[in-house]
Amino acid sequence: MLCRRIIPCLDVDNGRTVKGVKFQGLRDVGDPVELANAYQAQGADELMFLDISASHQGKETMLEVVDQVARDLMIPFSVGGGIRTIEDVHRTLRAGADKVSVNTAAVNRPELIREIAESCGSQCCVLAIDAQRRGDQWVVLTHGGRKDTGLNALEWARRGVEMGAGEILLTSWDQDGTLDGFDLNLTGTFARALSVPVIASGGAGGPHSFVEVFQKAHADAALAATIFHDGTYTVNSLKEAILKEADVPLRQERGTSL
Amino acid sequence: MSSKLDVIDFGGGNIQSLFRCLDRLEIPYRVKSSQDLPDGSRPMILPGVGAFGAVMKSLEKNGLAERIKSLVEKQIPLLGVCVGLQVLFEESEESPGVPGLGLLPGRVVRFEAKKVPQIGWNRVTCTQGDELSQGYVYFVNSYHARPENGDHTWYEADYEGTFCAAVREQNVAAFQFHPEKSGLFGHRLIQEWHRRVS
Repeated sequence: MLCRRIIPCLDVDNGRTVKGVKFQGLRDVGDPVELANAYQAQGADELMFLDISASHQGKETMLEVVDQVARDLMIPFSVGGGIRTIEDVHRTLRAGADKVSVNTAAVNRPELIREIAESCGSQCCVLAIDAQRRGDQWVVLTHGGRKDTGLNALEWARRGVEMGAGEILLTSWDQDGTLDGFDLNLTGTFARALSVPVIASGGAGGPHSFVEVFQKAHADAALAATIFHDGTYTVNSLKEAILKEADVPLRQERGTSL
Repeated sequence: MSSKLDVIDFGGGNIQSLFRCLDRLEIPYRVKSSQDLPDGSRPMILPGVGAFGAVMKSLEKNGLAERIKSLVEKQIPLLGVCVGLQVLFEESEESPGVPGLGLLPGRVVRFEAKKVPQIGWNRVTCTQGDELSQGYVYFVNSYHARPENGDHTWYEADYEGTFCAAVREQNVAAFQFHPEKSGLFGHRLIQEWHRRVS
């Protein structure tokens, strides 16, 4: 049976891992290469890097980080943030990423999704959607949450999948950074409606929040940052705690070095 | 250190991750292609990402496919990865009418599951009695092989039904999943294959 994935997420700003709440109040939580190796050793199933550097220099630094990470990492990893063109995609994949995630650039120019799928395959195209509740629906935010596009998030996800997105990284803007649990309504709605895996993001708290997002909302994967960066849980201690509570198919690997 | 393997690069997919995996395992390799055909002096790895038909088309340039087939007949070991497994068979539902390498009898069929492709970690179980009896590996595939001879199945897994996750028959072996992205278990599979063929 296919395992549910647990994916630590690293926001990278000019070569350092940072974390904030709702993308505000960023603080430094460490070297991304060291953290990536630590999470791999802890049993992470995949990693997600989000480059939030604004400067050109920051983008170049990110490619160096990707190259370093790729040397050591034996599990898949995605890189997103500031990927605007198919050339950016190729550079990121060449540096060693397995997948790229696109967000604002895809909203601005949906063709980018098709270009990635045709040139590199759907399996490396993750469409990231920042969704905010609006009544009984959700709208798409871009530019790190600063811009309300007015787009219906579910319609946008469907269109993205039609154009070739292989996975949807779905971040609940309402829950992000709160540790209150994932948005089950949002995740469940998307997971039922879409034919591709949905990665739940925003609000990861204790093991119970993971049990709920996997069992009630049928998320294929769940992303978390704060609980891992703060050391509240290691990936393996989280998995053990989840398994104590419920029968969720999770990957378990023993040993840490070749 | 002198190379011990030939990795066949036919221009498709992200072959870099396999190179990095061999680097981590400290297994030296050469790169061979349709411009520089493998000569049978080393075991071969055939990695592949892409559609069955497109991969076969690339392999047929300059007689690369014929060369691979003739070396396999001369008992040179071959390890296929991902679509590199699928092209060992006779044909695929993905590209009707395109013959595969036909090194193993059987065909490649599409998953009948709710979500296709299968993306993520699945547990594989060995059916040929190896010491690496089971573990978790990373899959990205819409199609899987259905060997005509069940004895050729090496590992199997379950995705809304049992499917063939790896094959092995004499000097030919192949993984449907990505061992180079499958953590320690995946790396050990490659290490063990390499040990056996060296």
